[in-house]
Amino acid sequence: MNSGPRRVQTPEIVIQRMSNIPRGFILLAIAGLALLILAFNMFYTVQPEEQAILLRFGGFTGDIYEPGLNWKLPFIDKVYKVPTRRQLKMEFGFRTARAGQRTRYEARDFPEESLMLSGDLNVADVEWIVQYKIGNPYFYKFRVFDVEETFSDMSEAVMRQIVGDHSVDEVITIGRTKVASDAKELLQELCDRYETGIRVEQVVLQDVNPPQPVQASFNEVNESIQERERSINQAWAEYNKAVPRARGEAEQTIRQAEGYALERVNNSQGDASRFLALYAEYRKAPDVTRRRLYLETIERLLPTLDDKIIIDENLKNLLPLLNLGGGDGIKALERGQKGGS
Amino acid sequence: MRSLGALLIVALALIFLAGNTLYIVHEPEQVIITQFGKPQGKPRTDPNIYVKVPFIQKVNRFDKRWLAWDGDPNQVPTKDKKYIWVDCYARWRIADPLKYFQVVRNETLAQSRLDDIIDGETRNVIASYDLIEVVRATNRTFEVTEELKGLVQTEVGAQIKTGRDQLAREILERAAAITPDFGIELVDVRFKRINYIESVQKKVYERMIAERKRIAEQYRSEGQGKSAEIRGQMERELKKIRSEAYRTAQELRGKADGESTRIYAEAYNRDPSFYAFTRSLQAWEKSLTSDTQMVLTTDAEFLRYMKQPR
Repeated sequence: MNSGPRRVQTPEIVIQRMSNIPRGFILLAIAGLALLILAFNMFYTVQPEEQAILLRFGGFTGDIYEPGLNWKLPFIDKVYKVPTRRQLKMEFGFRTARAGQRTRYEARDFPEESLMLSGDLNVADVEWIVQYKIGNPYFYKFRVFDVEETFSDMSEAVMRQIVGDHSVDEVITIGRTKVASDAKELLQELCDRYETGIRVEQVVLQDVNPPQPVQASFNEVNESIQERERSINQAWAEYNKAVPRARGEAEQTIRQAEGYALERVNNSQGDASRFLALYAEYRKAPDVTRRRLYLETIERLLPTLDDKIIIDENLKNLLPLLNLGGGDGIKALERGQKGGS
Repeated sequence: MRSLGALLIVALALIFLAGNTLYIVHEPEQVIITQFGKPQGKPRTDPNIYVKVPFIQKVNRFDKRWLAWDGDPNQVPTKDKKYIWVDCYARWRIADPLKYFQVVRNETLAQSRLDDIIDGETRNVIASYDLIEVVRATNRTFEVTEELKGLVQTEVGAQIKTGRDQLAREILERAAAITPDFGIELVDVRFKRINYIESVQKKVYERMIAERKRIAEQYRSEGQGKSAEIRGQMERELKKIRSEAYRTAQELRGKADGESTRIYAEAYNRDPSFYAFTRSLQAWEKSLTSDTQMVLTTDAEFLRYMKQPR
């Protein structure tokens, strides 16, 4: 209405004004307005990730409507749009503060969610996510009060049940995938039983650790494994350093002995041959050869000696008077013939 | 103009009347009609549009969906005297709205009745089982990594007879036997969280730490043992190699010595005295050096002719 701030409009004035307008026009305007409202109440858009269901007089019609422009009975049908194609996610034991290229997580932990008893009565700290889609929009909307809360409770119960049947070592290491897949299976079973309309896509274990106060000792085990490997490797290194070398040295010793043997045999054969050759000639003239050999040897030998004393054989008492240099052994040839005859 | 106003008033009155006569039961609801507080007829559970007597009859709406019950964590001792926190959840629904309406009237009251019943049964059931029965659902043996084989226990000593699932079912059965008195159907009870109370948890942590330390020690000593073994093997190998080489060498030498002795003996045996003679000559040449002082008497063979040239 064109009500000015200062003008007070009593209803009489309004009705008077309205009566000035042709009646047909008013009816047309009302009809137009009604039509517009009707149109707004008849048509609705379903977004690409959504599906829609209708309640007619409060009851589900049984049909599911796909994305696009759809129509319904105005005022009587009520539309519920459900994002069935969107993948939804729930986090346990941690919260994403801001997702992105470098996702940030809240610094706070949620130990009441993540601490659980393992099957060997130890404690494990398990963080996990559940990815799910709404498979049945009707169930999701109308069968369960507060589906999200229910689903969250179910996930926790299921994860604890599965972890309760695994040892802490399994949960942390080799059992991870089995825990996740078992949890998914059991969770889906519960979802169906409670008619949540949820389809569990995936259960993914995130950080799975021993509880904070125990972590250091778990690391210690890993370190001790490294330590063991290291000391074994070290010993093998020493082994590999020493043994081949010893093999080489052994080879050397044997070769040397072989050399010695060859030398020894050859030398003796040489000596024998020499002796035999000499002997063959010696036998032809033993006496003269013996003498010759003796004299020749002494002849060769004497000039090499610095100190020579010749004494008459009768002067037996001279010996103590000799200055025998430095106590060196005297090589006296008292009786030259001693070697011979 | 008057007639238009009257029409308007009549229309409004009609709408008001219709609004009080017709009522819709929506999908997640069920309805009980009361007349001056007294329930009339059967509860309406199918969603549709219905008629009632206006103004006199009142519509009471109840939820038809699965409803949640989430208990507070309870500190409960198990049969083997381990103190744990148990946090259960349950699913229930209003199965008999009439009774529900008469006995508990609203959800707040219903929840508090469920608190009493389920908490109590939880206590009873937990207290009559060992902790292991509460934690484990099956008797599966644990898989163990290669690294921990033989170092950790693969199964907890006691085998379970009942198990987590069955315990929850027991609580459910006991509680579900009572809830129909309130018009409530209990469909599931589950353990949401089970945790040690703080003082027990501390002890468990200590045990875990001790266990890991033991494993670490075992690894370390295993490493030391293994490396000692390798070193020992190395020593043995070295000794073997060296002694074998020595043996072979000595054998070779001995054989050669023997051979040479044989050769010498064979040759020198032809004339031992001649050998002794020539060998003496050789020995002199070798052993008498320039610093040797030699005293010769004239009766030596070499000087034989010095005194008697004939």
